[in-house]
Amino acid sequence: MKILVTVKRIPDPDESLKFAGNAIDTSSSKWVANAFDEYAVETALRMAEHIGNKDRLAEVIVCSVCPKDKRQHVTQFLAMGADRGVIVDADETAMDSQTVAKLVAEVFRREGCDLLVSGKLSQDSEGNEVAQRAAGLLDLPQASFAATLRWDRGANALTVGREVDDGVETKTIPLPAVVSVDLRIVLPHSVKNGATADDHKYSDGARLASLRGITMAKRKKVDVHTPAALGVTPSSHVAVAGVTAPEKRAAGQIVDSAQTLVNKLITEAKVL
Amino acid sequence: MSNVLVIVESDGSGPKAAALPGITAGQQLAAATGGQLHLLVLGASPDAAAQALASGGYGASAVHAIAGAELEPFTAEAWTDAVVAAVRELGVTAFGGTASSTLREVVPRAAAVLDAPIVTEITGVTGADAFTREISAGRAIATLKVSHAPFGFTARASDFAPAEPGSPATTVSALSAGSVSRRGATVVGVEKTQSARPALTEADVVVSGGRGMREGANFKVLEELTDLLGGALGASRAATDAGMVPADLQVGQTGKVVAPNLYFAVAISGAIQHLAGMKGSKTIVAINKDPEAPIFQVADYGLVAKWEDAVPQLVELVRAHKGG
Ligand SMILES: Cc1cc2nc3c(=O)[nH]c(=O)nc-3n(C[C@H](O)[C@H](O)[C@H](O)COP(=O)(O)OP(=O)(O)OC[C@H]3O[C@@H](n4cnc5c(N)ncnc54)[C@H](O)[C@@H]3O)c2cc1C
Repeated sequence: MKILVTVKRIPDPDESLKFAGNAIDTSSSKWVANAFDEYAVETALRMAEHIGNKDRLAEVIVCSVCPKDKRQHVTQFLAMGADRGVIVDADETAMDSQTVAKLVAEVFRREGCDLLVSGKLSQDSEGNEVAQRAAGLLDLPQASFAATLRWDRGANALTVGREVDDGVETKTIPLPAVVSVDLRIVLPHSVKNGATADDHKYSDGARLASLRGITMAKRKKVDVHTPAALGVTPSSHVAVAGVTAPEKRAAGQIVDSAQTLVNKLITEAKVL
Repeated sequence: MSNVLVIVESDGSGPKAAALPGITAGQQLAAATGGQLHLLVLGASPDAAAQALASGGYGASAVHAIAGAELEPFTAEAWTDAVVAAVRELGVTAFGGTASSTLREVVPRAAAVLDAPIVTEITGVTGADAFTREISAGRAIATLKVSHAPFGFTARASDFAPAEPGSPATTVSALSAGSVSRRGATVVGVEKTQSARPALTEADVVVSGGRGMREGANFKVLEELTDLLGGALGASRAATDAGMVPADLQVGQTGKVVAPNLYFAVAISGAIQHLAGMKGSKTIVAINKDPEAPIFQVADYGLVAKWEDAVPQLVELVRAHKGG
């Protein structure tokens, strides 16, 4: 079993945005890993490991489209426990998500992977496209917005609890397949692989890299491809014509009691 | 020809309420391109819903129905086959609809097969090829220009008014999707959150609780307030992750985006990811015991208090006002 996980770097979402002219100025941003990709890697690791045993049930490969000298996030995921990395050396900010999906799909094909796991969206551009696109390009079944996942190794299939608008849909997909993960995939009991005890309680959230992991990461293999070597010509059919700050809400008021609040909602805001 | 195709999710007899904002976005886009609006209904027996759309008009020139047993229950795999076939057959310039969990799965997949770009979660149509959308948890608004046909779109429900029937009736034509397949996927079932309340994204009033509510049972008092106001219940991620309320009540960057007339944030700190889902609300009320909580910076009315004291009082005052 080979699991490919897409990972992306983004400007630190906890820093305040700087606007320059008609764009966001990221020249002095700290770049960090997209949180949903941390959840995706955590998902793959929970699938791959057999808690209490040394055997691994899957190889976890992280794949990023980024300039090859900007691979801090890839190293971070190797330190977290991924087995190796694949970098597609390109300026990901200059291509649209179809190009990114083509590159990811091609890596998936060449590596002969069984499963693609992606975060459901990236916190900066919020496209929510790459996993679904890769599934379309690879013509594979997909389960987006996964909150729970059970790997049935006997049936070579996944049963995924998907967060949909009006509840949770349970969908079973045969492997090979594509999954995008939502926030709750990293709750303590969300991922089951049939080997680790079903009642095993993971700690909440994505794991942190251990010191040993950080040392090991430097020795793990990272292949670097160019888009040309993968047979993909980068393009972009969606251009950002401008970025502006949203209008600020007018300053509000602090009221002194529930009574005042209700009075104001009735007479001032006229919403009751 | 630069026609626009909107995929309309149906409830069996007509359009789902959640699909109506997507039709409005399609109307605006068709007006901008000078083309026609076409509507598409998919399902095992889509005819009744298609007929309802056709007699309501909805500003459309034509309604298309694709029938197939494989199309129900919904899977992205089978729906993509049908959408791709319709886009090719009709030669439309744009295809999409409301940014529901359904279309957020289908539109990107179909776009990939069509080698097409998409604009997701648009908040406005500013031209035949130009759109606005929020990025970075609502802290910036991007204007996008698309340079390829066809292209896909999904429209944020809170930014487009629901389309209304009443325009001249049109006709239904059946389309063939060719081969439609679920690629081996099976939908075991959907566990729906049962509620007599209006849908979160359609409600006039939303009452949300956060981590400070501490446990699910404490939401009872918020539910009382919600029901007095005929509203919907919401929550922060901290409250949904802790299992206090179902996950589909989450408001925010990764949950629902709501823009009601009146939004209550109770025991919610106001993280940017939460604000991304509610800052378009008309009037925002925040109740929090911490006067420094960031939620007060976006609130029209802030009450620094413990919910244990403030909310029961609020319930009594609102009940008295409503004359109950
Ligand atoms: C990738 C990503 C996506 C996210 N998406 C979302 C999202 O979609 N929606 C979302 O909500 N969050 C989201 N978050 C989480 C977000 O960052 C915050 O962690 C979350 O919103 C905090 O929820 P909260 O305000 O309920 O909890 P806290 O931040 O812990 O705040 C609790 C508040 O309750 C107050 N309080 C406590 N006790 C009382 C009392 N007795 N009476 C009154 N007030 C009280 C406290 O003063 C505090 O302000 C996301 C985070 C990440 C990283």
